[in-house]
Amino acid sequence: MSSIVQIAYLVASILFVMGIKFLGKTKDARKGNFLSAVGMLIAIIATLVTLDILSFVEMFACMLIGGAIGLYYAKKVEMTQIPEMVALFNGFGGMASLAVALSDHFLKTEVLQTEIDTVNSISIIASVLIGGVTFTGSIVAWLKLNGKVSGQPITFSGQHLLNLLLLLTFLGVGVMTYLFQIEPIYITILVVIALLVGVLIVIPIGGADMPVVISLLNSYSGMAACATGFILNNNVLIVAGSLVGASGLILTQIMCKAMNRSLMNVLLGGFGQTSAAGPQDGPQIVVKEVGVEEAAMLFDSASSVIIVPGYGMAVAQAQHVIRELMEQCEKRNIQCRFAIHPVAGRMPGHMNVLLAEANISYDKLIEMEAINDDFNNTDLVFVVGANDVVNPAARTNPQSPIFGMPILNADKARTVIVSKRSMGKGYAGIENELFGFPNCLMLFGDAKQTITKVVGEMKEMA
Amino acid sequence: MDTAALLMLIYVLVLASFLGFELISKVPPTLHTPLMSGSNAISGITIVGALIATSEMGFTTMSKWLGMFALVLATINVVGGYAVTDRMLKMFKKK
Repeated sequence: MSSIVQIAYLVASILFVMGIKFLGKTKDARKGNFLSAVGMLIAIIATLVTLDILSFVEMFACMLIGGAIGLYYAKKVEMTQIPEMVALFNGFGGMASLAVALSDHFLKTEVLQTEIDTVNSISIIASVLIGGVTFTGSIVAWLKLNGKVSGQPITFSGQHLLNLLLLLTFLGVGVMTYLFQIEPIYITILVVIALLVGVLIVIPIGGADMPVVISLLNSYSGMAACATGFILNNNVLIVAGSLVGASGLILTQIMCKAMNRSLMNVLLGGFGQTSAAGPQDGPQIVVKEVGVEEAAMLFDSASSVIIVPGYGMAVAQAQHVIRELMEQCEKRNIQCRFAIHPVAGRMPGHMNVLLAEANISYDKLIEMEAINDDFNNTDLVFVVGANDVVNPAARTNPQSPIFGMPILNADKARTVIVSKRSMGKGYAGIENELFGFPNCLMLFGDAKQTITKVVGEMKEMA
Repeated sequence: MDTAALLMLIYVLVLASFLGFELISKVPPTLHTPLMSGSNAISGITIVGALIATSEMGFTTMSKWLGMFALVLATINVVGGYAVTDRMLKMFKKK
């Protein structure tokens, strides 16, 4: 490969790194994404330069199809559905790496009829495993997120043993693939096992843990690209792949910490099952209801308000009326901020995107650690579509499945209003003691409709 | 592949991973969703491998078809990933 191309790959790598560095500041982030995209374009052009000009037609055809699909999806997707999109794209990345690895295997065994050396063979096998697991794992996560498959964990006895046996078989067949390279049957079996393992490791994981799963699969898609880099002896793939791998791992860690769970505990799955059967015998929680008018008056008389949004807000599409509510508060010089729990929503940072879409300034969105001490001297906390992240049982009840999870101290405020459709349980299926607290009032009904009414009342008062 | 070439690749892998951990720890939680969709686009770097795999002549081999399949998927990742990340980042405004 000519050194010009190598230099182009180096420039691309630097642009990827710079792109991520720019994501460190919200105001520079868009520039960072642009730099990263330029890096990708340079890598593509440099690669095209090295290749045979005669195959350009089909290359452009493929890129045109892929580009059109990608662009259409990116323009059309609702912000509530971003987690599904990311899950699906993780899967595509994994499948692309798997296909490149297979292609290289067949190129060497069938077309060139050369021997694949040990390092290359290991890289191909690793790429098939990681890519395959990423693909089917992501597809299952995607189906769970968009509700085509139930979010309930699917567990059966001997599940983990089966996974272990499959992995051992994979290793065995991997050795056979290396020893008998011309036999296509072995690598085919490898692909099948990898795809099967992907399904098996994601089905036992409940819907509430999907933020962890997509973070982890994100990391895998990077590792798959890395493995492909080893096959093709290509640095830019390794650099880009390991950046993504690191990014996914960090996000996975943050998510696990925010739920007080170990990664192992999440992966072994079944979370939410035990709890759903559990605390039915506990004392019935008695709640106090509040009407729209009274709620509006509480807002009117407060001097500080913290809004705690959860995924329920997104489901009800209440982001925009919440902005109006915030504007009403600000008109009255009421301090109004948002408290964002790391696992609110269906993926890391999901709430922030939804609120940004509703045109809420990002400096009003405060992280849990930064805002948790302020609840004590806050007049009014408004919980919209969030549940588990404000459940005091996480602090007090060792029996609770979410015990030990860091929560937002919403209960410490003078008054708490909870907007909720009904008395149904949260995503994790756990009772919430907060609803029975003396300072807590329930505002029942569809979040968008009730908040619109509250805003209407406030407008009349002004 | 000889040992020297392999070591060089491992060298790159290790250093890039450390750099990744350092940089990504500094990304604020507000931007974690765009970070993920953006890194999704970056993982589409497999497009380089897919291009190489597609460049093979003729349409008779398995290897060529797999390359083309990978190329479509990787391009979806790259184009879709960058486009949706830009769409999101455009919405983050400070008033």
